[in-house]
Amino acid sequence: MSAKDEILGRIRTALADAPRVEEVPRSYRTTSSLSEEELIELLVDRLVDYKAGVDVIDAADIPTFVASKLDAAHSVVYPHGLDTGWLQAVPESVQRHMDAPGSMLTIPELDATSAVVTSSAISVAESGTIILDGEPDQGRRAISLVPDHHVCIVPVSTIVQLLPEAMPRLEVTRPQTWISGPSATSDIELERVEGVHGPRTLDVLIVRGL
Amino acid sequence: MSQVFLGMPAPGAGNLFAEEQFPAAAHRELGNTQLRANLRHATHTIRDKRIRVVGELPDWEALRDAGSAIKDASMANLDQRLEEFEKNFTARGGIIHWARDADEANQIVTRLVRDTGSDEVVKVKSMATQEIGLNEHLEAQGIAAFETDLAELIVQLDHDKPSHILVPAIHKNRTEVRDIFLREMPQVDPALTNEPAKLAEAARLHLRKKFLSAKVAISGANFALADTGTLGVVESEGNGRMCLTLPETLITVMGIEKVLPNWQDIEVFMQLLPRSSTGERMNPYTSLWTGVTENDGPQNVHLVLLDNGRTRALSDKFGRTALNCIRCSACMNVCPVYERTGGHAYGSTYPGPIGAILSPLLTGIEAEENNSLPYASSLCGACYDACPVKINIPEILVHLRGEDVDSKRGKKLLPTQMDLLMKGGSWALSSGNHLGLLEKALPLGKLVAGKDKKIKKLPGIAAGWTSSRDLPAPPSKSFRDWWKSEKEGK
Repeated sequence: MSAKDEILGRIRTALADAPRVEEVPRSYRTTSSLSEEELIELLVDRLVDYKAGVDVIDAADIPTFVASKLDAAHSVVYPHGLDTGWLQAVPESVQRHMDAPGSMLTIPELDATSAVVTSSAISVAESGTIILDGEPDQGRRAISLVPDHHVCIVPVSTIVQLLPEAMPRLEVTRPQTWISGPSATSDIELERVEGVHGPRTLDVLIVRGL
Repeated sequence: MSQVFLGMPAPGAGNLFAEEQFPAAAHRELGNTQLRANLRHATHTIRDKRIRVVGELPDWEALRDAGSAIKDASMANLDQRLEEFEKNFTARGGIIHWARDADEANQIVTRLVRDTGSDEVVKVKSMATQEIGLNEHLEAQGIAAFETDLAELIVQLDHDKPSHILVPAIHKNRTEVRDIFLREMPQVDPALTNEPAKLAEAARLHLRKKFLSAKVAISGANFALADTGTLGVVESEGNGRMCLTLPETLITVMGIEKVLPNWQDIEVFMQLLPRSSTGERMNPYTSLWTGVTENDGPQNVHLVLLDNGRTRALSDKFGRTALNCIRCSACMNVCPVYERTGGHAYGSTYPGPIGAILSPLLTGIEAEENNSLPYASSLCGACYDACPVKINIPEILVHLRGEDVDSKRGKKLLPTQMDLLMKGGSWALSSGNHLGLLEKALPLGKLVAGKDKKIKKLPGIAAGWTSSRDLPAPPSKSFRDWWKSEKEGK
């Protein structure tokens, strides 16, 4: 008998008493009534608490802010679906690498790149969570992981208050990364320290009118 | 007996066994004052954080109710959920392997690693691989496994054992960690201080090359979503993302109980888990993957589904809810016993209140020294209050104590003192006449107590009671006698 058949058989034997299944009570919050300004304020508060850099800006100011965030960078990678207009103010001295399905940067190349600029799919204000789902304006997972500095664009129209509000807007079978602040650890005396293996600097640009 | 043919639930193996009785292990650990200071500091820090972030959510209790019910529902149809998961995961390019026990899982993983031609792997912290002793097995087969979670790294470098399921090095303080790094990391800066930020940076430098060059990664999983075939890992440091994203081959080892019916169910668990475990509103990183995605992440994706005693636990209808555990560790952080003895005293991979029920449920109460674990509790109930999926740990502890007593019945040639005491108690309390007869002996107790009206030493096993306290002398007559004389007096 295969291990699969045996384990499934064991489960059926174990459940011979046919445990009764109750209807799952879902009285937790699934809708919110916060205004746009309140949503922004909540998300900013959470991200600042995680020690992320946060600016709330207008769409027209994206190029200026992206350029200023990349002030100290010598190179930047961006996914092929990103609006390249957002990078137009980045100085010529900063090398630009587009990562696309046909021309992907190698891991050592990503490691040698100072920063990454991506958009994001949806953000949950209450927990300060930014969700990336691999859409062309966010790219594959490695590009937002290996460079040590992540500049992430969060359109105001993609902010919700509660996690259950984000779920219907997600395509779960895409590879997802939920980001709540820069990498961190609490492994030594349960004291939180920001900056371990993932990007040690996370700059979030929350964009009105986008 | 077709059910027997189809497979009887079997006990688990691996690192699930206490090596000595809990009282003996606890006694030894309690003598370590540094350990007690470290644990007190750490558990109190995390308790305060948890209470703060849990208090923020007006619907916390509603989330707990939902989490508990979803897990119950999943467990009640576990066979169907697993088959559904397998179908969806496989359709997206993942490969599933089934392992009856620790040994079979270890062999499968070894073969999968060998097939890649690699002789080393990077690992994301995983309770399942700890439980089956995967690292030791791989090492014996000539494959080096590198732990990448900071706490697991500390434990591995120190050749120690984890003592907590979330923060395996909770028993070490910052100076001890610094000393381990100085001793065991080849290229470490000799001027390394004990600041947690500096220690984290040393770990980053130590592991960076490994991450960027690893061909094979091994992970656990926090959940599997049946209706989409998706796996999820919840972490903080980015070591998980590194392992789940950069290597060509990803091998995940997961207990069969981790499957959830609907992918939307993570909206409940991703609110319950981070707040209960690290006391954060959300953990820094969560990764979800569904089989293989072209041009993104590992292209060879395997999942080993592990029984190892889980079906045995599932067959215990009073104990099966222990399988609902989402490994948050809130129960151990609030436990007065864990806070004092630490995790090593429990022997098994799973320490604390959940370990005291889960280990004997997975192995059977008779296994080795696990029969002492259900007694490692004052039944205060703090664990039940803290559990995000409302596992009634105290009730299961009492159930297992009963199982322990039953398992010993009939095995002994002579009754123990406790058996005789209980038999005597049963006789005395079974009728008023019996009790009245015994009460006639009360003045005898007064005589034994002597002038200071204290009994300082009882015989036999009752000596345990008087070893640290005196027993007051009994009154000259019983309450019932007094009542009778009062009534007759009127």
